[in-house]
Amino acid sequence: MSAPNRDMSYAAVMARKNEIMKASMGMDYNDFIQSPIAFDYERMMRETGYSIEDVARIQAESKVGNTPLFELRNLTEAVRSFAGPGKGARIMVKDEAANASGSFKARRASISAFEARKKGYKGVATATSGNYGAAVASQAAMRSLKCIVLQEVFDSRGVGQPEIVEKSRACEAYGAEVQRLSVGPELFYQLLMTLETTGYFNASLYTPFGIKGVETLGVEVAEQVRKYCGKDPDAVVITNAGGGNLTGTARGLIAAGCKTRIVACSVDLGGLHMASDTDFNRKSFTTGHTGFGVPFATWPDRVDVPRNAARSLRYMDEYQLVTQGEVFYVTELLTKLEGLERGPAGNTSLTAAVTLARQMDRDQIVVVQETEYTGAGKHHNRQLSFARENGIEVRVGDPRENVPGKVIVIPERLEQVRGMSQDMDKLRMSYLRNASKAHPVAQWSDGDFAFLAADLKEDLAWVKAAAGKL
Amino acid sequence: MSKIAKGTWVEIERVLLKPEERAPNLPEETRRCPYLLHISGFLQEDAAIGDTVKVRSLIGHEHTGVLKVVNPSYAHSFGPTVPELLRIGRRDNQ
Repeated sequence: MSAPNRDMSYAAVMARKNEIMKASMGMDYNDFIQSPIAFDYERMMRETGYSIEDVARIQAESKVGNTPLFELRNLTEAVRSFAGPGKGARIMVKDEAANASGSFKARRASISAFEARKKGYKGVATATSGNYGAAVASQAAMRSLKCIVLQEVFDSRGVGQPEIVEKSRACEAYGAEVQRLSVGPELFYQLLMTLETTGYFNASLYTPFGIKGVETLGVEVAEQVRKYCGKDPDAVVITNAGGGNLTGTARGLIAAGCKTRIVACSVDLGGLHMASDTDFNRKSFTTGHTGFGVPFATWPDRVDVPRNAARSLRYMDEYQLVTQGEVFYVTELLTKLEGLERGPAGNTSLTAAVTLARQMDRDQIVVVQETEYTGAGKHHNRQLSFARENGIEVRVGDPRENVPGKVIVIPERLEQVRGMSQDMDKLRMSYLRNASKAHPVAQWSDGDFAFLAADLKEDLAWVKAAAGKL
Repeated sequence: MSKIAKGTWVEIERVLLKPEERAPNLPEETRRCPYLLHISGFLQEDAAIGDTVKVRSLIGHEHTGVLKVVNPSYAHSFGPTVPELLRIGRRDNQ
């Protein structure tokens, strides 16, 4: 496809960003923007025009939602065998792999595809290397829409990350055109060009539609735990990358009146550069890691839409880190103890749940709110053998000796799965520093301060004191 | 070089950005590589490997690029067995 008479250089296409976005979503973010940092978030979410009931109905007709909640009795018993007296909370998992296309991402894609169809777009396009591509392709197939998925797949040697190669296959299986790209942030440039030349709907992960779609997941967790246990869960653990999973689930839990601790979790990939051609295939996780989780938490508006509807610090109480080796261990253990073979990225939050369950009382409940499908390329055996082929040392030992991009240490025993808590105040300060780069502190209005307080789940006094330290 | 027939499922490669046209602030090892697109489609005219050709993708969109692969396939797998995983959760050592 080509658009004659338009300058297609990197700088020229990026400069047309806002105009392309507006045409590709049928929505104008200027209606909500109040300052370089503040915008009317709740009004933006409301004006999508979809209630949670609407979303549930749309999802039911496209094979999404109402996934089972399972109690992991054997894993809980395994944790209790070494937890202190009276400790070892019940671990439950929401089997999101049961959605069409095999992950919770179908929830996000379902509303975008419905909206695109309703507004008369001929197709949808999205830039993602994760499960979301397959989700958009699957939902587009059901809504009779054409679909283009752009993926960052291979390094300069032409070697593809096996997990992303599997996503390419899945997208083509659902009938999508897959544009496989080399390493680089110019994925966004290619998305803008594609949207401009095709006139397709931008099925971004970060639109209000993408987040509204996940709210049903939070509502289902609340309703299922209440039905099964007669009370609310004490903690819900959510794998965090771009922040949409956490934001949508937390909003759903709140809508259901469920008071619970919202715990984020990411795989620690500290020290690896996300735009590096050589680091690209030294990562054994393509999502759910700190390379996305931390930058998106501390500055959500770095995405492919003018303002991000996924704002994780707005809802997060705690942020756990786990190592790659710990997740692979727990993934294998889930298979062996619970007879449930699922993909490693989806088991990131399960790994943190082991740490939390150990600290929590026996009568408490911790919910892992997703799983994902597994298979060739995605499977933890392939990720570990691929790591080995790329010069990463893989061994059994103490997971604290893990070094991202160099050594993967698989724990000897479940007891060694301990995770690590991130300093929330440090994350909030980092967010404020990023906000001050977008809009100098001296120019922050009362409205800006109120927005920042809500976005950080803090009170006004905290934000004012913190701003004084910048 | 043997001709590949029109209509064959093939993969093409196109340079989207030369190294000097790429985004600012890239790490050096990324900056020195061209930004590449690989895409599969049905060949529009008879051609040979290395020719610049047109293909039609699964959704019927036309793309131009250098013909690289005939009948592109997915060969990703579960990989060679990683023995370190076999010891986890076994009933004979619990």
